Amino acid sequence: MTSTVNPLDERDAKAPEYPMARAAGCPFDPPPALRDKQQEGPLARVRLWDGSTPWLATRYADQRALLADPRVSADINRPGYPRQAPMPPGGTGVSFILKDDPEHARLRRMVTAPFAIKRVEAMRPGVQKIVDDLIDELLAGPNPVDLVEAFALPVPSLVICQLLGVPYSDHDFFQDNSKVIINRNVTPEQRSVAHGNLLAYLDDLMGEKIARPVDDLLSGLAGRITAGELARDEAAQMGVLLLIAGHETTANMIALGTLALFEHPDQLALLRDTDDPRLIASAVEELLRYLHITHSGRRRVATADIEIGGEVIRAGEGLILANDIANRDPDVFAEPDRLDLRRDARRHVAFGFGVHQCLGQPLARMELQVVYSTLYRRIPTLRSAAELDRIPFKHDGSVYGVYELPVTW
Amino acid sequence: MKVTVDQDKCVASGQCVVAAMEVFDQREEDGIVVLLNAEPPAEQADDIRHAAAVCPAVAIEVRD
Ligand code: HEM
Ligand code: SF4
Repeated sequence: MTSTVNPLDERDAKAPEYPMARAAGCPFDPPPALRDKQQEGPLARVRLWDGSTPWLATRYADQRALLADPRVSADINRPGYPRQAPMPPGGTGVSFILKDDPEHARLRRMVTAPFAIKRVEAMRPGVQKIVDDLIDELLAGPNPVDLVEAFALPVPSLVICQLLGVPYSDHDFFQDNSKVIINRNVTPEQRSVAHGNLLAYLDDLMGEKIARPVDDLLSGLAGRITAGELARDEAAQMGVLLLIAGHETTANMIALGTLALFEHPDQLALLRDTDDPRLIASAVEELLRYLHITHSGRRRVATADIEIGGEVIRAGEGLILANDIANRDPDVFAEPDRLDLRRDARRHVAFGFGVHQCLGQPLARMELQVVYSTLYRRIPTLRSAAELDRIPFKHDGSVYGVYELPVTW
Repeated sequence: MKVTVDQDKCVASGQCVVAAMEVFDQREEDGIVVLLNAEPPAEQADDIRHAAAVCPAVAIEVRD
């Protein structure tokens, strides 16, 4: 026995905790410790809630290379996968977001058609109507009001319900359960119950769509069940994934984006005064880059040794790709901490990268374009009704945003 | 400029269609990429290079 310390053990012992905290008073910027890591080198070790010490990749180019690398797995059931939270008792079924090809591709390709660019464009007038109607209601209702409840959440919920064929009248039920699933601080039992609730709900709906198919996404899946291409539990899991991913994320972009614009009045004025679809599209990309709401990193595990930046990631080691700091990588975006709606931000990784890149991104982009081009033009005096330090931020969520945004006009 | 696409790799993100609609389209049944023009004119080069750069599946190849 020697008393020399293994340098690897020492590095692990010094690994900082992840996720890291944002700086007080800087709710739109990634944690300063992430920026330090990005400056120090391409890879670092971090410590998770369970004591495990996966790799953290912080630079844009490395993250894209790793996320596109077939030796990198998204399978949450592989040993070494850096979990966000304890495994629920008995485990939970997962859909394709946490599976690898070829299973991932088989399932994803069953639901890609409705998200094709032309199909999503055809939905634009309907989304514009939803947004206009909600603004009419907002203006006729109490002032001040919470923008999250009155607008940010209803827009994507109404849209995804229509697309999937889920009754919007059930929104309290699925929004409440979604909130539990994406909260980092609930117990595994609570998360498991919420997931079970949604799964049972979607399974019931699948039964209905099998019996009485109509023209919606879930009926399309029902047809595949009948044709023997898809198991019923796979369909229900996919429904849960689409329902959760389809409203929480976009809602957070609407509310947090609006707050960021309140804090950058010159940028808000740009949007308020334009009807140029190119500027609006560019604003959406920049807000996606700048806010990067999926702030818990893409989670992966290596299935083979991978060399990167002079280090070797060993097979079986966990990997966290911190896309939020990649979107602030000065090698890719000049003055990365500045919100500049006119910059070309289209290369951002706010939707991830690789085969798991967001399925709903064409829909999310279109919804955000409609919202950002309508809300501030129709209510030019819209402003915050609370001091920034009174607004509750979702530091405990796997998706970042605000719980509430009191606004007035 | 010569463009090729790999439909097996494609994940139907539609990013290429947004970047260069004259050159890329998507199949109706599953949103997988369809190449409309394998030898596009030079004035589309920037858009096509951008499409290749943002394709999440690295399914687009461009040669001069
Ligand atoms: C602004 C809003 C949105 C953001 C920021 C966002 C972000 C993301 C990110 C970062 C991923 C990659 C996960 C990973 O690689 O591990 C993802 C995947 C996914 N998103 Fe979104 N998303 C948004 C809206 C939507 C919408 C509207 C839907 C629609 C139904 C949706 C459905 C999905 C699905 C199904 C996946 C899994 C894709 C796969 O694994 O192949 N998302 N999203
Ligand atoms: S950008 Fe790539 S993945 Fe997306 S549709 Fe085009 S070829 Fe397919």
